[in-house]
Amino acid sequence: MRVLAAMSGGVDSAVAAALAVEAGHDVVGVHMALSRNRDQFRTGSRGCCSIEDAGDARRAADVLGIPYYVWDLSERFEDTVVADFLAEYEAGRTPNPCVRCNEHIKFEALLDKATALGFDAVATGHYAQVVTRELPDGTTARELHRATDAEKDQSYVLAVMGPERLERAMFPLGGFASKAEVRAEAARRGLSVSAKPDSYDICFVADGDTRGFLRDRLGSRPGVVVDTDGAVVGEHDGAYAYTVGQRRGLGLGRPAADGRPRYVVDVRADTNTVVVGPAELLTVDRIAGERTVWFAGALAADGAGAGEWFDAQVQVRAHGAAIGARVRAVPGGAGLEVALTERPLRGVAAGQSVVVYRGTQVLGQATVSRAWRAAPVAV
Amino acid sequence: MTTPVLPAGSPEPDAGAYLDHAATTPMSPAALAAYVAEAGRVGNASSLHAAGRGARRAVEEARESVAAALGARPSEVVFTAGGTEADNLAIKGIFWGRRRGDTRRTRVLVSAVEHHAVLDPAFWLAGHAGAEIVLLPVDAVGRVDLEALRAELVAHAEEIALVSVMWANNEVGTVQPVRDVVRLAHQHGVPVHTDAVQAVGQLEVDFAASGVDAMTVSGHKLGGPIGVGALLARRDLPLEAVLHGGGQERGVRSGTLDAPAIRAFAAAVTDAVAHRPERAAHLTALRDRLVAGVRAAAPDAVLRGPDPATDPAGRLPANAHFTFPGAEGDSLLYLLDSAGVQASTGSACQAGVPQPSHVLLAMGLPEAEARGALRFSLGATSTAADVERLVAALPQVVARAQAAGLVSASLAAAPARTTPGGAA
Repeated sequence: MRVLAAMSGGVDSAVAAALAVEAGHDVVGVHMALSRNRDQFRTGSRGCCSIEDAGDARRAADVLGIPYYVWDLSERFEDTVVADFLAEYEAGRTPNPCVRCNEHIKFEALLDKATALGFDAVATGHYAQVVTRELPDGTTARELHRATDAEKDQSYVLAVMGPERLERAMFPLGGFASKAEVRAEAARRGLSVSAKPDSYDICFVADGDTRGFLRDRLGSRPGVVVDTDGAVVGEHDGAYAYTVGQRRGLGLGRPAADGRPRYVVDVRADTNTVVVGPAELLTVDRIAGERTVWFAGALAADGAGAGEWFDAQVQVRAHGAAIGARVRAVPGGAGLEVALTERPLRGVAAGQSVVVYRGTQVLGQATVSRAWRAAPVAV
Repeated sequence: MTTPVLPAGSPEPDAGAYLDHAATTPMSPAALAAYVAEAGRVGNASSLHAAGRGARRAVEEARESVAAALGARPSEVVFTAGGTEADNLAIKGIFWGRRRGDTRRTRVLVSAVEHHAVLDPAFWLAGHAGAEIVLLPVDAVGRVDLEALRAELVAHAEEIALVSVMWANNEVGTVQPVRDVVRLAHQHGVPVHTDAVQAVGQLEVDFAASGVDAMTVSGHKLGGPIGVGALLARRDLPLEAVLHGGGQERGVRSGTLDAPAIRAFAAAVTDAVAHRPERAAHLTALRDRLVAGVRAAAPDAVLRGPDPATDPAGRLPANAHFTFPGAEGDSLLYLLDSAGVQASTGSACQAGVPQPSHVLLAMGLPEAEARGALRFSLGATSTAADVERLVAALPQVVARAQAAGLVSASLAAAPARTTPGGAA
C-alpha cells in the first residue's frame, strides 16, 4: 500500500511511520504546517507546530529513508479549527480543538488530498486500534477500538472521523502496552525524538494561556457574574473565557452566603453573563448531542436502530472515565440522547464531545448540545 | 596505489532522471581529479615553508585560471565559500564601502527577481544599517525594467550605494540586460554587481567586457564542488570585509584558503568555459525538446520566462519553467519523484513550507498560478532519455496533482463549519 505518514515531529508519529515502513508499505512522510503566522511558532518542543518540530519530523523521515514533505494547511486550520474554537467559546460553549482537527484537518484535508494523490491510507501516531470484523454476509467492517494502553488511548478524539474515513486510516501504535515501549522502539531505530517530551497544550495557544488567547482574538467584553438568584456577585472581561464547571479564577470579591465553593454553572453568551452556583447544580444525568457520527456497522450489529434505547458506556472528556448509560439515536435527525445509569456526571458543558462505547469499541459520537438533571439530587 | 574514484557524473543504479542541475550539478571529472590530488597534500597557503608554498602555488594558479576563463585580472578574484557568501560580500561590502565614502549613499537598487542570497542581505541592511531598498520591477518574462532603473538613477544618483541585477535568473532563466544596466549606472557613477551563478558555463561571460564592478560565481553550479565560489571585484571598488581574521584575499575575505576546493573550482570553470559553445548548443536542443514534450503531454501547462522559439538569446539554454494550472508545485514534485523524475519548484521554502515564488509574483502572476510551478534544468550529463522519462510520466502526474488541487480548492472555498447549537 502507498501510505502517507503524518509526522508531527514527535516520537509517536515517528514510530508510527517506522512501523508502516517495516510493514512493507511504500511510505511518504508529511508534516502539516498549521500555524498561519510563522512568528507565532513556539520555539519550544512541546507542541505540534514549531519550526523545531518540522525539523525533527524531517530528521526522522531521513533516518527512515522515506521522502518528506511539508503541507501548508494553515489556512484551512485557521478557517476550521481556530474559527470553531473562537465561535464556540463566544457562544458560551466548550470546544475540543483536537476533535475538530481530526475532523477537518487530519482526516479530511490531509486524507482527501492524500487520496487524490494516489495514497491508500494515512498513518498517524494516535493510540487507537482498528479491528476488522467479518460480517454474517461475508463482507468485512472496520471498527474503531480503544488502544491497548488505556492511559494513552485517543479513541475519544478520533471517533468524529466516522466509518468512511476509518477505511483509510492506520494507527500502528494502538497495540503498544505503554508509551515507554514506544520510546524504546524509537531509540532502537535511532530516532532522536525518542526522549522528546509529550505535548499536552493546545498547539495554537501559546503557553497554554487559553484565556489570554481568547482575549487577544475576541477582545475585552466586560460583563457581570451573577448567582442563581440573579444577584451580581462579580465582574468579568468576557463571558467567553469561562467554562461550565470552572471553579478557579472567578475573582469573586466576597464568599457565597453559605460559605460553600461556587462554580460556573452557566455561560450566557446572549447577555454576556456568567452564572455561578453550588456544585450540585453541575451534576447531570441526561445528555443531548448533535452532529452525531455513528459507526453504522456497529449499530446494525446490535440491532439498535434509530429511536431504540440500548446499553452502552459514554465518555465526555478525553481522559475521563466511561460511564454506564442508555443511549439512543433520535429518530429522523442527527441527534443522540443519553441517560446515565451508572452514576451522574459533573461539569458536562455544551460543545464537548460525547463518545459512545461498548467495551473497547467506539459506537459513535456527538457534540453535547445540552446536559441536565432528570432525577432528583441525592443528598 | 591510486584512490579509486567513481567517474564523475556517473548515475547511481536507477538514480532516475535528474532534471535539477540548476540546484546543483555533478562534479566534472577534471574538477574531481583536481580536488582529490590537492586534498592529499598538506599545506596552508599562508605559510611560508615548502608545504605552504605548494598550497599557495595551487591557489594562485587557480586564481589565474579563473581570471583567464572569465575575462578578469587575477587580482580581481576573491575566493569565497560559495555564491551566497560572494553575494553577501558584494551587497554588504559595497554598501559599507560606498557609504563610508559618502554617508548619503544608503539606497540599494536590486531587481525584484534576485536570488535570496542578494535580496536577503539587502533587506538585512535595511533592518540593521539604515539602507533603503529599491526593488526594480520586471516585465512579464522577468526582465528588469530599464526605465525604472533610469528614473531611479536620475532622481537619486547621489544617494545610491549600488545596483545589483543578476546575469540570468535561476528560476525562469531570463537573461538580464546587464550591459544596459552598467551603461545607465555608470553614467551616474554608481557601481554594479551581478550574480552570474547560473550564467557561467551557459552564456558567454566576460567580466571586463561586461563592465560590471563585481560578479558572483559559484562552483557547484558548473561542475565544481559545493562550498566554493568567488567574487570578482574591480580593485578600485570600495569593498568592506564581511569576514574578519587573518587578512587573506586582500583583506576582504579572511579565512584559510581551501586549496583543494579552489583548485577543483578552477578546473571546473576552465572546463565549463572551454566547452561552453558545444555544450550550450546541446543543452538548447535538449531543452527545446523538453519544452515541446511538456507542451504535448500537458497542453494547459504555461511556459514562464522568455519563449526560446522567439527569443533564443533571452533565456538560459538549460532552463525550462512551467506553471500547471490547478496543480500545486509540491504535489507535482512528489508525484514526479515517485515516478523517478527529479525537478524543483524553483522557489524557496520557509520552514519547509513551499512559498509562492517571488520571481513569478514579480512577473505579475497571481498567487494561485504561482503555486503550480516546476523548473526543469539540464546539465552536462543530461540525456534525451531523461527528457523522455519526464514526458512519459507527466500526463498522469499532472492529472493527479490537479485532482489533489481541486480537493484543496474546494476545502478552501467552502470550509465545513461547526455550527454552535443552543446554550447549555
